[in-house]
Amino acid sequence: MSALSRRRILFGGAAVGAGALLTACTSNEPETNAQVNTNTGTSANPNAAAGQKVIIGFSAPAADHGWIAAITTNAKAQAAVYPDVEFRAVESGTDAAAQRAAIATLIAQKPTVIVMLPADGKELDSTGLEAMKAGIPVINLDRAFPSRAAYRLQIKGDNYGMGLAAGHYIGEQLKAKGVTNPIIGEIPGIDSLELTQERTQGFNTALAEYGFKVANRRPAEFTADSGQAAATALLQALPKMDALWNHDDDQGIGVLAAIKQTNRSEFFMVGGAGSKLAIDAITKDDSVLKATVTYSPSMASSAISLARLIGQGKGMSDLVELQVPQEITLASETITKDNAAKYAKLGF
Amino acid sequence: MTTQTAPPEATTKHERRKIDDGVLRNLGLVGVLVLLIVVGIITKPDLYSDPTWVKNNFLTILQQASAIGVVTVGMTFVIIGGGIDLSVGAIIALAGVWATTLATQSYGAGGMIFTALIVGIAVGLVNGVLISYGKLVPFIATLAMLVAARGLAAQISGKQTQISANSTINSLASERLLGIPLLVWILALVVAAGWVLLNRTTFGRRTVAVGGNPEAARLAGINVKRHHMLLYALSGLCCGIAAIMLTSQATSAQAAMANLYELDAIAAAIIGGTLLSGGRGTIVGALFGVLVFSTITNLFAINNLSTEVQNMVKGAIIVAAVLIQQFRYRSFTQLFKR
Repeated sequence: MSALSRRRILFGGAAVGAGALLTACTSNEPETNAQVNTNTGTSANPNAAAGQKVIIGFSAPAADHGWIAAITTNAKAQAAVYPDVEFRAVESGTDAAAQRAAIATLIAQKPTVIVMLPADGKELDSTGLEAMKAGIPVINLDRAFPSRAAYRLQIKGDNYGMGLAAGHYIGEQLKAKGVTNPIIGEIPGIDSLELTQERTQGFNTALAEYGFKVANRRPAEFTADSGQAAATALLQALPKMDALWNHDDDQGIGVLAAIKQTNRSEFFMVGGAGSKLAIDAITKDDSVLKATVTYSPSMASSAISLARLIGQGKGMSDLVELQVPQEITLASETITKDNAAKYAKLGF
Repeated sequence: MTTQTAPPEATTKHERRKIDDGVLRNLGLVGVLVLLIVVGIITKPDLYSDPTWVKNNFLTILQQASAIGVVTVGMTFVIIGGGIDLSVGAIIALAGVWATTLATQSYGAGGMIFTALIVGIAVGLVNGVLISYGKLVPFIATLAMLVAARGLAAQISGKQTQISANSTINSLASERLLGIPLLVWILALVVAAGWVLLNRTTFGRRTVAVGGNPEAARLAGINVKRHHMLLYALSGLCCGIAAIMLTSQATSAQAAMANLYELDAIAAAIIGGTLLSGGRGTIVGALFGVLVFSTITNLFAINNLSTEVQNMVKGAIIVAAVLIQQFRYRSFTQLFKR
């Protein structure tokens, strides 16, 4: 009996100690790199002058990925820049149903404008319509609503253009090197998503202009461990490669790890999205990663700025029109060592 | 009831056949592996003609099977013990994320490994306590843990990918010992330990007993509840080990890592001959199950075939393996009736 209780005390003590140690180990303060438009000097930009108060309701799916996390961070940071903006974010779950419910409560609060990144554009189309009917202008961020009446402004990235940019960069580089029959690899993200298919289409179209095509394509799942697995399989399948396009810089952490683990360096790699880590690696130029094509979450900051203008009935000062346009598609830019310094502040 | 209808001499024959059956199944899986490799040689003779590539390819197949292999060993124990653990992928994510927070990383590689293992065991114990003493069905308890552990992982990581800056941890995935990747050595050690534990210790015999007939095991004096609890802790420990392996491979951890590992581990255990209702299963079979999946992935990659087709083939193999099991059992019973 006494032996048993001594053992219990021993185990119990060890458990409590381990528990205390572990709780201390959750402290985690990663640096955030918000992308904010700070062009708020009223003399240079009359639109920046404080105007009528605008309440911006914001909804984006719960982040399971650095890009979505950056969207929310950016929106919040941009709203904080304007003294005349009140920012109300709602917790929107991970799926369309949860977000629909979240937006219903948001509509009931009657914000001036709603900025929404839908979990799925098609599934939340009716919710967009509902808000518009309630007289609240909707800013549709990135994932497009099919109905034109469901949004006041649509601002989104260009997946097809991203593929084109990656394909053109790879095509030009290989042409300059005089490679005639290159072996090109591709690591897309989740393959069933429309955005992945658009990126791949753009990539293939651009490569076709040079008479090139993809030799092997191994999809990952936007996570680093799936990127490592996909890249390991790809490298094994292509013992010699000339170029590689990886659609996403987050999964690219794993892709680069796999390349290092297999000691391969005979090719160059292009990333996608434009994360801070990727831009740093391109600047340092110490890995196969030579470029990345952007799909920047800075669009969330721009969406907040435009939501404010829409709420105040102002237009974009460089345009002739008195109102903000209805659709804006960001251009996918190619970040290389030459211009990396300029983009460093846009990395997320 | 069945023992009453079966004549005594048939029972001993049945016992003998059961041993042969295990060997036969493993031979069957080796056959599948050989077949997959032969298909590889036929479809890609140019790659297979280079001996260095072939050696590297086998090591790659093993290395990519190592983390999921470790998880499958734990899963096999849980299933033999009559349970199921749907939370393994989530435990890996939580252990991986917890081990790569900035605070944990400041304690170095030892601190990271310690954290991953303790988190794995602790979450496994929570599963075990809920199932044994809270009387929750394993399916429900571990399903709840799947959701909750990923949630906690997302909370801790702030939904970001956490980079491992520790060169010792990161080098686990690239270092080799006697020409064989370290991760493969870890898998080999875990499989060997699992085999000894299952086949040569009281713990192993008890696992089979509580899985086969918990009431009989209880009457025989086994503390069934405590044993179930320990099995989930063991599975958690395996997840902790796998979390370190996966973190070193990806040089990072995040809440979404090890996605759907639970399904791969269960499928590998099942095609390795572990009975989903408990009471029977082998570690070696489970290892072959993992290798079959890893080899399929490799075969599809070198032929640039889409992952959709690959998933369909995986599904077909699982169904075929279970059908063969059932067919064997039916033909045995018919044999005894005659």
